[in-house]
Amino acid sequence: MAKARVLIRPKEGILDPQGKAVERALPALGFEGIEHVRVGRMVELEAADPERLAELCEKLLANPLIEDYEIQTL
Amino acid sequence: MIWGVLQFPGSCDERDALHACSLLGEARMVWHEERDLDGIDAVLVPGGFSYGDYLRAGAIARFSPAMEAVAEIAGGGAPVLGICNGFQVLCEAGLLPGALLRNVELRFICRQVDLIPESSGGLRGPETPQATTRSTETLSIPAKHGEGRYYAPEGMLDELEAKGQVAYRYASGHNSNGSVRDIAGVRNEAGNVVGLMPHPEHAVDPLTGSTDGLRVFEEVAAAGGVSVGAPA
Repeated sequence: MAKARVLIRPKEGILDPQGKAVERALPALGFEGIEHVRVGRMVELEAADPERLAELCEKLLANPLIEDYEIQTL
Repeated sequence: MIWGVLQFPGSCDERDALHACSLLGEARMVWHEERDLDGIDAVLVPGGFSYGDYLRAGAIARFSPAMEAVAEIAGGGAPVLGICNGFQVLCEAGLLPGALLRNVELRFICRQVDLIPESSGGLRGPETPQATTRSTETLSIPAKHGEGRYYAPEGMLDELEAKGQVAYRYASGHNSNGSVRDIAGVRNEAGNVVGLMPHPEHAVDPLTGSTDGLRVFEEVAAAGGVSVGAPA
C-alpha cells in the first residue's frame, strides 16, 4: 500500500469566509501581519493503486468546480 | 401522481416534505439503500445533513443506490425537486449546475425570505397559462442553512441565464448567504430537475404563516409534465 496525502483548497478567486474569519481573529491574539489565510482540507490515505488517486479526487475528495487538489505520495 | 421522498441517514426535513407532497398527490418515503423507484412519478430530495455532511454537503449521498435511481428517472424526464441539502446533493451529483458554499458571513441563516420565481423562457414542457401568471409573484418561504451560497463560474452563470435555468432569485435585501447573482434555485436544461435552498415544504399550511411553498411543488410537477393531483 502506498501512503498518500491529498491537499484540497478553495479555488483561487473563490471567497473563503473561513479563512477570512481566522484572519480577522489573529490581531486580537497578538498575531499581526498575517494575510491571505485560506482554509482547506487534508486527507491522508493508503492506496493499493496510487494511479487512481486523481480519479478519486475528481469524483469524491474534491469538487473540481470550487476546489483544487494536490496529491502527494509519501 | 406519486412522490417519492428520499431519506438518508441525517435527513431531517423528510417528514415535512412527505406531508407537503401528500397535499398534492400520494407520497411515500424511499430509504437511501432502495434502488427501485417503480411506480414513483416524481422525486423529492429533502433537506438535512445527509451522511453527516461529511467531506462536503451532499458529496456522499450522491453515491447512494437511491440517487443512482434518481439520476436515471431524471434522465427520463421525471420531476425532481431538491431542497436545501437535497439541492446540494443534486449539484454534487451533476444533475444541477453549480455548487453551494459556506454562507458568506459564516452564520447559520434561519429566516423567512422572499423569492422571485423565474420561468424557463419556454424551454420547459407544456405549462398552463395559470402557472405562467403565478410565476411572476414573489413567494415567502423559510430558509435555514449554513452552506447556501450558490456559486458557479461567470461563464456558466451567463449560460444558465441565457438558457432560462435560474429558477428562483432572492428578492432585494433577502440574499443573506452571498449567492452569486442572488440565485436561490436553479433548474437543469430540460427543466424537470429543480433545486433551491429555501424550504417550500415548511410553507404549505396557513398555520405556519405562508402557503407559497405549494406553488414550488406545483411548478416542478408541471415542468416535468406531470399533472398535479391524486390519481383517479
